[in-house]
Amino acid sequence: MANDTAAEPKLGTYICTGCGLGEALDIGALEKIAQAAPKSVTCKTHAFFCSDEGVKVIRDDLAGAGVNHVVIAACSGRVNQEVFAFPKEVVLDRVNLREQVAWSHAAKDADTDALAQDYLRMGLVKNSKSSIPASPVTQEVYETLLVIGAGATGMQAAIEAAKAGHKVVLVEKEAELGGYMRTLHRQLPQRQPYTALMEPDLARKQVEVKAQPNITVMTSAEVVKISGQPGLFTALVKSDGRESTLQVGAVVLATGSSPYDATKLGHLGFGASPNVVSSDTFEAMAKSGKLVRPSDGQPARSVAFVLCAGSRDPDHLPYCSSTCCATSLKQAAYVRQANPREGRAYVFYRDMRTPGHLEYFYKAMQQDEGVFLTKGKVTAVKAAGKNQVAVTAEETLLGGPITVEVDLVVLATGMVPSTLAHDILGLQYRQGPALPDLKYGFPDSHFICFPYETRRTGVFAAGTVRAPMTIADATIDGGGAAMKGIQAIAYARTGEAALPRAMDPTYPVFGLDRCTACKRCTEECPFGTLNEDDKGFPQLNINRCRRCGICMGACPERVINFQNYSIDGMSSQIRAIEIPSESSGKLRILAFMCENDAYPAIDMAGVRRLQYDAQVRVVPVRCLGAINQVWIADSLSGGFDGVMLLGCKYGDNYQCHMIRGSELAVERLGKIQETLNRLGLEAERVQYIEFPISDYQRFPEIVKGFVKAIRKIGPNPFKGF
Amino acid sequence: MATATSDALPILVIGGGIAGLTAANEAAEAGHRVIIVEKEAYLGGRAIRLGKYFPKLCPPYCGFEINLRRIKQNPDVTVHTLAEVTRIAGGPGAYTVSLRQEPRYVNQRCTVCNECVAVCPEERADDFNYGLTKTKAIYLPHDMAFPMKFAVDMAACQGSSCSKCVAACQYDAIDLAQQAQEKELKVGAIIVATGWRPYDASRMDNLGFGTHPNIVSNVQFERMAAESGPTGGKILRPSDGKLPKRVVFVHCAGSRDENHLPFCSSICCMSSLKEGLLLKEQYPEAEVTDFYIDIRTPGRYEDFFTTAKAAGIELIKGKVAKIEASTDGNYLVVTAEDAVNGKKVHRVADIVVLATGMQPSLAGAMLPGPLEHDDDGFVMTPVSDAGIFPVGCARAPVDVTTATRDATAAALHSIHQLVARS
Repeated sequence: MANDTAAEPKLGTYICTGCGLGEALDIGALEKIAQAAPKSVTCKTHAFFCSDEGVKVIRDDLAGAGVNHVVIAACSGRVNQEVFAFPKEVVLDRVNLREQVAWSHAAKDADTDALAQDYLRMGLVKNSKSSIPASPVTQEVYETLLVIGAGATGMQAAIEAAKAGHKVVLVEKEAELGGYMRTLHRQLPQRQPYTALMEPDLARKQVEVKAQPNITVMTSAEVVKISGQPGLFTALVKSDGRESTLQVGAVVLATGSSPYDATKLGHLGFGASPNVVSSDTFEAMAKSGKLVRPSDGQPARSVAFVLCAGSRDPDHLPYCSSTCCATSLKQAAYVRQANPREGRAYVFYRDMRTPGHLEYFYKAMQQDEGVFLTKGKVTAVKAAGKNQVAVTAEETLLGGPITVEVDLVVLATGMVPSTLAHDILGLQYRQGPALPDLKYGFPDSHFICFPYETRRTGVFAAGTVRAPMTIADATIDGGGAAMKGIQAIAYARTGEAALPRAMDPTYPVFGLDRCTACKRCTEECPFGTLNEDDKGFPQLNINRCRRCGICMGACPERVINFQNYSIDGMSSQIRAIEIPSESSGKLRILAFMCENDAYPAIDMAGVRRLQYDAQVRVVPVRCLGAINQVWIADSLSGGFDGVMLLGCKYGDNYQCHMIRGSELAVERLGKIQETLNRLGLEAERVQYIEFPISDYQRFPEIVKGFVKAIRKIGPNPFKGF
Repeated sequence: MATATSDALPILVIGGGIAGLTAANEAAEAGHRVIIVEKEAYLGGRAIRLGKYFPKLCPPYCGFEINLRRIKQNPDVTVHTLAEVTRIAGGPGAYTVSLRQEPRYVNQRCTVCNECVAVCPEERADDFNYGLTKTKAIYLPHDMAFPMKFAVDMAACQGSSCSKCVAACQYDAIDLAQQAQEKELKVGAIIVATGWRPYDASRMDNLGFGTHPNIVSNVQFERMAAESGPTGGKILRPSDGKLPKRVVFVHCAGSRDENHLPFCSSICCMSSLKEGLLLKEQYPEAEVTDFYIDIRTPGRYEDFFTTAKAAGIELIKGKVAKIEASTDGNYLVVTAEDAVNGKKVHRVADIVVLATGMQPSLAGAMLPGPLEHDDDGFVMTPVSDAGIFPVGCARAPVDVTTATRDATAAALHSIHQLVARS
C-alpha cells in the first residue's frame, strides 16, 4: 500500500482568462508564479480552457510534453469535471479563480490579485505534494452476501442478490423460513383497488429461496461473530450446535422486530381478563380459524381494538409503530368476515394512520356498517362479568365518554427492534459489536437522502429492525439493502471509497514507526475502521474506511496522511500564503471549509456575484474533523490574524456526513483555545462557525463579522517572527 | 467503483429527481451504465426546491451536492435534460425507447459567465420558485444547477429578431435556431422516477387559491422558507412583504378527498408541521394553527410531532370550510368545524398555506409503453418478472427517504435484467 508515483513529476499550469478572469486579474503575475514552480515544464493561458480547443491544449501537453501533474487555474473544481477528465495517472488540481476570486471580489484590485496569487501558489504546492495512490487491493474479495434473518426482508434481500449473480448465505434463527410472515393470516392490500386483503406471500417466497441455486440456507442458526472488512468478512455461524466459518463480502441485517411486551400494558387491561389479547395473539387466532373468547371458547362476535397500545407513549414506546392502524383495520375485517351478520368491530384510534394507498382500505372499512371507528383516548379496559370486557374512551368524536362491552379486546402492540435485546452481529470491532443505533434501538440511517448510510461500511440494516414498516415496505427495503451490499463489494474490489466520498481512490497511510499508540484515531473514527493490535497500535481495515480524515485530524504525532491530503501538504499550502506586513494594515484570515457544504456554498455566493472581503484565504478540507491542530498552530505562528472553521451542524440533528466531524472539530477547538490563552493569544482568533450549504447569502456578513472581531483584537503579534 | 466494462445494455432512468438520481448512482456504482432522461433543464426535481427536509430541517442542497458529484464524476452515467420519453417498445432486457429532446438554445460551450443575462430584455416566471419571482428569458435554473448551463425559455424569448444574447456571448454558446431532436435508445431495463406535481389548488373553490396573494401552496411556502428562494429564506407576507404574525396550515388540501385525490399524500402532515416550525424559528411569537384530519407522523417522525406541539403549534382536528379575505383585504379568515366538539371555529391569518397533495406526474399523461398505471396515475409495481420499475412518487406518494429507498431497490431489479441476459 505504498504511495506510488510512477514517473518523474512534470507540471503543467493552465490559466484561463475567460469568464472575466483576464479582465479582472493580473494574469502576467500569475504566469510568473507558475513558471517559478519547481518541476514546471509549461504554463499556458487560454481564453476558453473548457472548450474543446482549450482542453486539447492540455491533452496535447499530456501526450507530447509528458505532463503528468496538471494545475488548472480557472473555474471551481465543482464544475466541468467531465470536461477536465484526464487519465487516472494525472495528478490534477483545480485552482478556483472564478467563483471564489474574480466573481466575488473587485476587479483590477491589488487585494484581489493577492488572493488569486495565493490560491495559485497553494494549488501548485498542493499538487507538488500529491501523488496517485497505488491500489490498496491486496486480495480477491468475497462476492457472497450474508443475510441475517429470513423474514420478508431477509428472504427478499437473498433472492434479489442471488438473481444478480451473487452467492448468498441466509441465516435464520428459527427452524423455518418466514419470520413474522409465518404468523400472518392475511396481508394488507398492495394493488388497486387497494381494498382487498391478500394471502400472505410466504409459500412462494420460501419456494423461490429454496429453488435459487445461489442461496444457501442455514436454519436454527445464529451469527456468533463477524470480523474483517467489506469484501473480506469472516463470519462464524452456529447452526444446530455446529459452528461454521463463512467468507462474505457484505452483510444485510434483517432480523426484524418483536411485539412490545403486552404484560407492561396493565393500564389498558392486559391481564385483567383473558379476553384482552395482543394483536399478534389475535392474528394467530384468525390464522387458526378460531376467533373465540379465550375465557369460554365462544365466538368473539364483538371485538374492540385499542390502537397505540404502547406506541406514541413516552412511558413505553415514544415512537409510532407505523403499521398498527392498518393492521387493526385488517383484523377488524377478520371479525366481519368471520361473522358478516353479527360481527362488530370497534376501533379506538388516536390518529388513523393509513398513508398513501392504504387510505383506500381505511375508506372501505369506514363504509362497513359493522365497523365502528372513533378517535378517542381509551381510559379504562375492565372485565365485565366473566366473559365480557368493557372499554371506556374519552375525547371521542361521538361527544363525551363512551363505554362498549365486547367479547374481546385487542391491544395493537407496537414494534421493538430485535437489536435492542442483543447485538446479533458480534462485530469484532474496536468500537463494539453492534451496528450503532440511532434512536430507540433502531440502527437506522441518520440521513434523509441516504437511507442506507451506515456507520459500519458494508453492513446494512433493512426491514423492521431499521424502522417500523409494513411488509410491503420491508420487502422493498430488503432489495435496497441487497443493492448496497453488492455495491459495497464492488467498492472493495477496486479499493475505492463508498459514500459519501464515493469513488475516491485515496486512502490514509499510517506511519506506524512514529505512532505512540495514543488511540485517539481508533477511538474517534466514526466508522469503526481501526482496530488495535495487542500493543494498542492502530490496524487499518481499508475497506471500512470512508476517507473522512478524522483520524488524521486526531493524530497528535501527525503520522496519518492521504496521497493528496497530507499534514505536510496542508502546512505547505498555508505557508505558501503571503502574509502582509503589519504596517500594511491588511489582515490575513484562514478559513477551513468543509468540502461538501461550506465550500460549495461559497461557490454559489460567487455564482450570485456576492462580494466579500479579500483578506480571507479559503482552504477546503475533507471534513472539519480532518483538520489537524498543527495547521492551526502553524497559521497562527505564521502570522495569520484569525482562523475560521466553517462546517456543518452538530448535535442531535447533525448534518455532518462524517457523523462526528464538526463535533470533534469543536471539541478540539476548545483545547486549542486553551493553548492560545497560555501563549497570550486571544481565543477568539480561532472560531467555529456553523455554515450549511444553503446559507451562502450570509457569507459576506459572516466574513465581515469575523474581520471586525479580529480588527478589534488587533493584528497577530507573532506576525513577522 | 467498478466501471462498466461489459457490453450489457444500459439502464434507463426516467426522471432526474431525488429518486432518479439515486437509482442512477446506485446502479452505476455497482458497475452498470445508466442513462437519465429529465424533462426539466436541470436535475433535482421537486426535492431540490424544498426549503428544508423533515425531520432534521436540513437543506436539500447538501445531499444533492453529493449525488450530483457522483453523477459528474461517473463516466457511466449519461444525462439528457429537457427530454421526454415518447414511446417504449420491446420487453424486459431489450427495450427501444424514443425520446424527444427539446432545444435548450444554449450549447455545451456555455460557461455561465452571465453576459447574456445582462442584455436579455425579456422576463419569465421562475418555475424553480413556483412563479414567486421572475428570471430573464435566458436563465440559470438555480444556483447549484446541473448541468451548470443557461437555458432559454422560448415562450418568453423574442427569438432571432432580438438576438442580443447571441451577440453578447463570447463563447458562441447560444443558438436560437436549435431544433427539437428525436432520439432512440436501446436499454435493458427502465426505472420510472417521474415523480409528482402539486395538486392544482385552484380546483378547490372553498380554499380560495388564486384569489388572494397570501393564500399560498405548500410548495410555494417551501420556496419562501428557502435560503435560495425569493426572500433569502425570510418568510414574508406575499402581498406586502410584512412579517406574518398568524399563519394557518390547511392539511389534506385535495388529499383524502373523493372529489380530488382520494389517497393520502403521506408527506403533508410532516411538511406542514415542518413549515410551522420554520416559521416559529424565525418568529417565535407567531401564532400557528394547523387544521388536520389525522396527524400522520409514522415511526420516529412522532418525535417531530412532539416537537411541533411543544413549540406551541395549535392543532385542530377539522376540515376547513372556507377561506376568505377580510373586507379591507388585509388578512384572511379561515372557517372550519372542530371535529371533536362539533363547533365552528375561525382563525385570522396573514398567510394561509394549503398542503396541496402529490399528484403523480403521469396522471393524465401516462407513459406510452408496457406498464400498468392505476386510476390515479401511479405506476403499479409489476407482479412478476418485468423490466420496468416504478419508484418514489411515480409508484406511491412517499417522502424523500422512502423514494431513495425505492430507487436503491429498483436499481437492483434493473440489474437483474442485465445479468439474466449477459
